Order: sequence, then structure tokens, then C-alpha cells
Amino acid sequence: MSERQIQLEVLRYNPETDSEPRYQTYSVPCMNEWVVLDALNYVKDNLDPTLSYRWSCHMAVCGSCGMMINGEPKLACKAFIHEYTDQVRVEPMANFPIERDLVTSVEDFIAKLACVKPYLIPKSDQPVSAGAFQQSPAELKKFKQYTLCINCMLCYAACPQYGLVPEFLGPAAISMAHRYNQDSRDGGRDQRQEVIASDEGVWECSFVGACSEVCPKHVDPAGALQQVKVASTLDWYKEHLMPWMKK
Amino acid sequence: MEIIKTDIAIVGAGGAGLRAAIALAEADPKLRIALISKVYPMRSHTCAAEGGAAGVIKSDDSMALHFGDTVGGGDWLSDQDAVEYFIHEAPKELTQLEHWGCPWSREPDGSVAVRPFGGMKIKRTWFAADKSGFHILHTLFQTSLKYPSIQRFDEYYATDLLVEDGHCQGLTALEIRSGQMKQFQARAVIIAGGGGGRMFPFTTNGAVKTGDGMALAYRAGVPLKDMEFVQYHPTGLPNNGILLTEGCRGEGGVLFNKDGRRYLQDYGMGPETPIGQPVLKTMELGPRDRVSQAFWHEQKKGNTVSTPWGDCVLLDMRHLGEKKIDERLPLVRDLCISYLGKDPVKEPIPIRPVVHYMMGGIHTNIKAATPLPGLFAAGECACVSINGANRLGSNSLTELLVFGKRAALSAIEHVQSGLSASKDAALTGQAQASETRIGTLMKKSAGTETIAGLRKEMMETMETNVGIYRTGSELATACDKISELRQRYAHIALHDKTHVYNTDLMQALELGSMLDCAEAVTVGARDRKESRGAHQRLDFTERDDVNLLKHTLAYYHPTEPPRLDYLDVVITQSQPGVRDYSGAKK
Repeated sequence: MSERQIQLEVLRYNPETDSEPRYQTYSVPCMNEWVVLDALNYVKDNLDPTLSYRWSCHMAVCGSCGMMINGEPKLACKAFIHEYTDQVRVEPMANFPIERDLVTSVEDFIAKLACVKPYLIPKSDQPVSAGAFQQSPAELKKFKQYTLCINCMLCYAACPQYGLVPEFLGPAAISMAHRYNQDSRDGGRDQRQEVIASDEGVWECSFVGACSEVCPKHVDPAGALQQVKVASTLDWYKEHLMPWMKK
Repeated sequence: MEIIKTDIAIVGAGGAGLRAAIALAEADPKLRIALISKVYPMRSHTCAAEGGAAGVIKSDDSMALHFGDTVGGGDWLSDQDAVEYFIHEAPKELTQLEHWGCPWSREPDGSVAVRPFGGMKIKRTWFAADKSGFHILHTLFQTSLKYPSIQRFDEYYATDLLVEDGHCQGLTALEIRSGQMKQFQARAVIIAGGGGGRMFPFTTNGAVKTGDGMALAYRAGVPLKDMEFVQYHPTGLPNNGILLTEGCRGEGGVLFNKDGRRYLQDYGMGPETPIGQPVLKTMELGPRDRVSQAFWHEQKKGNTVSTPWGDCVLLDMRHLGEKKIDERLPLVRDLCISYLGKDPVKEPIPIRPVVHYMMGGIHTNIKAATPLPGLFAAGECACVSINGANRLGSNSLTELLVFGKRAALSAIEHVQSGLSASKDAALTGQAQASETRIGTLMKKSAGTETIAGLRKEMMETMETNVGIYRTGSELATACDKISELRQRYAHIALHDKTHVYNTDLMQALELGSMLDCAEAVTVGARDRKESRGAHQRLDFTERDDVNLLKHTLAYYHPTEPPRLDYLDVVITQSQPGVRDYSGAKK
């Protein structure tokens, strides 16, 4: 466990006292096995109690501590100090409004998540007393990957399209819709399709793939979006070129 | 101050709070529900639970077996009427989650799969790989979005309950984003605020687990029950306390000491079982208290492995093979590689016991009701008690579902009982007092104490004196020290005087909660002169069923240590007996 000193350059902004954001540099003695979050906690406890940021689990599952680290969207609890030089710059997540310091507003994402109906709309009504639905391991595998999203929003911070068109539903919300659409127990695709096949939906995606690159849980939202595009295109053909296929 | 009028306010939006909110919305769409949490729901610590949730579903299992495992696992401190209710509701709740889309792992035939856990006679843990709590939390959160009557107040920190005319009628909460205090007037309040493991330095608990919900009720005069029972999980990563689920052992992982000996056989959990053939309720499938205690003895004997992060034993999963580890324990593998640089497919993982769960909490009865009319509680913050002196792994996720729903139903009954609300003026007076309290705290700048400094002293005190094994003298030291820290807390200084996302203020409030809860832990432990479950005394080594088959109740005092009282355990069918974890003998 070696120790080294890093210069942690943190974007600071307090709407009550600052007219614009500024950088503040802290000299932090780090253990080599630390993550950037440990360095921030060191600052909070020892150097500057006024620094604000969100965190909780310290194991990359609660999704609280997304931020830009040397310009890349990362979870601070999974950004290892040993992977960086002695200069580390920390900024709030790109593409979201800053509330204060490293805290950004989450509201836009939450609203988008809610609007894709991210819950099971059962294909068939079955009371709880009748027991669990059957679902084979192969059926589970079809959507399991998309359930792993921790809502950390790093994919929105990486998405060039979300930066340009804030109305875009974005990677995580569309992936979540796809997750339920692919669930063998679900029958709600038509309801979700109205939202995700809209102008602000999947067609805004320019398939850069940055979302999948930054996803800390390997959800592969880009893959989900591509599948949604294919399925939506097939819908269009069915509707316009093969009207007899319509339900 | 803005007044928000609602029917039922819920404090905490983790598993229990969300389950309660959904139950309320389903029972009556006209009910106004305020779901108040200091973090966004999906950040709640339910997300970190890994192994699974217990519920009888397979034909070889039975309610009687789940009852026996739970009560025996709890060293007979569980209230048996509550356990009976719990085990009967458990399968319904887990099935309900399945209907809401929870991606439970499956058997080849498409039915829900179960895995073994420690202290279980039959395997009955439903699991979603090793991310069960995460999937439960997200399933509940996403399902809650269906109900327009659930109004969320994300990132609001509850500061005080409003208690007037003898019943709870709301609370005050600080909107973290603005720093403004809000008054919630409610006809009933449900607390689902989680545990307080953060009073210890080495814990699986996330930063949010600071006992705020417990302290909220405690300060309003509701007793905290059995707080001295703190569970150490046997397998934490040694450098940062990250949890490696009991599922590691459930799937067949084994524990070795430095000599390669399966040491659990030396502590009443043997004889040794063959590697790759785990036997239920034996060796590595013993209960958490016993397995953690065995580590302590191994350490005393010098049988542990020295690592840069202290003494460890080794958890070996290599024989499970890469395919099974990736299918059943993918998070565990990722955590070991990412945070310790060791791959469980290739090498044994050094681990040590880590503070994980508080069996104690807000005193509730079988209906999730506290002694204060109008106040209910569920989840880790509550003590029903089904967990007794040692919680069985995978009962807590089920508990937050069963009693989250129960709290909702009881709150509705309370609302329907037609108690009239007190006058606005009386409630507003209380709310203003709360606002003044927070305002005074914020203004402090001449103080001599720091938040980080006091927190460190508290954690060191708890770690040194209130660990796996305890003594009267250490506990007396801890009581004095925590009492002193509570006094010194009055002299903290806040550096941040602004209002938007003032996390300096949040940490000050959280430290206050932890100190209050820590004192209930230490005083309860000092006065419980016996060894039972997770409370082991080197000076009182035996269980005392004659005098202490009782729950401890701690009553808050603003400046003095809590007053203790005791309450008989409810026994319906199982008299205290011997806890036998040597199933392989038979």
C-alpha cells in the first residue's frame, strides 16, 4: 500500500456565493488502492467541509457518484487512483445542470425514465395466489443485461446527441423500455412504442456508441437502441407496406 | 414555512418505504402519499443486498422449517407470533415481486430458483444472481412510477416528527436542494429509514446508513429495541468492507485459515464436509454470528493470514469454476477483481467479518405499529422482532417487503379510525421549533469540535469496544465515551453557511443520529449480562433464559444516557433450545 500525493482539481460552484464555476485544487495524500471517491472524502473530512457531492455504496451499485474525471464520465467509486497521473480533474457530469459543486440535477432523467413505462405490463392477468409466472433461463437471458442499469446517467453524460437535443429520451430510458419489451411476461410494447419510436425517442440516436463505452455495468444501451430501431422499422413496414399484418 | 398536507407520509424510499407506498396506492388510489427520502429511491442501500430473499416455495420446504430456522437462528429472541406472520406472508410477497417483473434467477423448467444460505435446513433463498437487493429495489421503484398518488420528495432530510395530542401527525423535513424547511402534515407516518451501520468504521453499509429513521422516532419518545445486537457478516473484503454475499458459501465456497484448515469444524459447525458438497446448516452454512465468532477465535490463536489490511481468513471459490461463478456470483467476481485485484476463479480471497446489519431498531409490534399512535416503522430501522439476536441471511429483504406492506395497511387502519387532526397552529409551532433547532446548528461557527473528528472517535470507540466479543469494562468505556461525544456534539462548528446542497449540515445531522443510536447500542450491550446470538460477552458467556429472555427497550434522553426497560419475548411454539449447526453428524 504505497502512498502518493495527487493534485485534485475540483470544479466548485455555489449558486449563493459564486457568479460562475471555478476550479479549486487540493493536495491529497492517497493510498494507491484508493478510488477518486476516497480522495474526495479525504478533502471533505480534512481539508474543506464545504465541498458537496453525492455518494453512498462505494461499490458501484447505487449509482450516486457519477462525475467527469479527467473529462470522462465515471463513477468516482470505481475510478482507481493508480490509473491516473498525479493530476486528477473532477467535474460534475456533463449535459446536466449543476446544482452545486459536483451535484447535478437528476430530474430530467427521472422524468424520462418514468415516461417509458418502466414496469411490467402483464401479458396475461394472473393473481399472486396462482403463483409465479414461468420464465425459462433463455427467456430471462434475453432481457437480463438491460436490467443491470443502475441509473448512474453516465451514458447521458457521454451521449453527444443528448448534449445537442435535450428532448432526446436517451440511452438508459430507452434501454429500460427495451428491457420490459423483451420480457416474456410483458405485453406492454405497444404502449411504450408510442414514446420510444417518437421523434424524441430512438430516432434521435446517431449511434456513436459512447453510451456503451462508459457504462460501468456493461448494459450496452447502444445495442438496445439498435434493436429498438430495427424493431420499430419492422413495425413501420408492417403498418405501411403490409397492412394485412396489422393487429 | 411551506405546509404540505398529505394523508400518509413515508420517511425513506428504499425497499420498505417503496413497498409501503405501493401498498397504500393500491389499497386506495385517493390516498395522498408523500414519499420522503434523503436520497433518490434507487440510491437507497437496499441496492447493495446481494444474496437473496427467503420464502417457502419448494415442495420439500415447509413453514415449520422456515420458522425453526429463523427462531433458532435468532437464538430465541425473536417474537414468534411475528415470525409466524412473516413466514406466511413471505412467499406471497416474493411472488408479487415476480409479477412486478423482478428478474429472479430460474430453474431450467422456468420456475423460480432457490439457493442455500447459512442456518437453513432447506434451501429457500430466491435470488437474482448476486444482485438481489438491487433488482428488488429497482423493481419496486419502477413499479412505484405507475401510481400517480405516490408523490415523491427526493432529497428531503426528515428532521423531527410532529406529535400532538398523543399521536404522530407529520414531520418536518429539509429540502436539501434549497435548504428550506417544509412541514408535512399527515394523518399517519411510516418510518423506513434503514439501519445505522455507519457508526462503525468497517462496515458493508453505504454512507446513507446513519440511523436517521431510528433517531427520528427515538427522539420523539419511541423506544429503540434490542439495539445491542449488531450483526457481523463473516465475509467482507478486508480493505474496504465490501460485502461478499453469503451466496458465495451457499454455492459451495469454503473458508480456510492460514494452515489450510477448514477451521469452522473446530467451533461446533463440523465435521468437515467435502469440498464441492456443502451440507445445509453445517460448516460454511452455519449462521453469521457463529461464523464471525469463529474468526475472532482463529485470530486470537494466530491462525489468520496477515495481509496489508489486517488479519484475514481465506474464502476459496475456485472449485466452483468460472462458468458457475459468472452465472451465480458475477458481482462478487467483479468486486474482488476491481477492489482487491484478486480473481476468485483463480485464487482464494482474503476476507474478514464486517459490520452488516442491526437486528435492533424502532420498537414495533406484529402490525408494524410503534407505541406512538400514528407512527409505524418497517425494514432495518424497525425491530418487530423477527430477527431476534441474530438475523438469518436472506430474511431481511423479505422482511422489508412483508412489513413494508403491513405498515401501510396498519397506517390505513389508523387513518380510518377517524382521529381528528390537531389545529394547524399547534403543529406549526412544533415545526418552527424544529426549524429553529436546525437554524441554530447551522449558525454555529465558534465551536471547537469537527464533524469528522467526532465521527472518527465514535467509530473507533464502537470498533474497539463493541465488537464480536465484548466485556463489561470495554462496554462501560464505550458508554462513557459515547456519552461524552454526545455532550461534545453541542460544540461542533459548521463551516458551510449556505443553503443549497449543504452536505456539511447533512453530515452534522447524520452524526447526531448516529451518536443517539450508538448510545442505545452501548448502554443496551453493557446491561445485557449474557451471551446470545450476536451479543457475546466474555464475562457472561452463557445465555440467560431465566432473566434475559427479554427485549431491551431504550428510551431517549436529550442529555443523559437512555433509560432501559425490558419486555418479554413472545413465545408461541418453540421454547429456547440448543442451536445445532452440525447437521453433517446426522
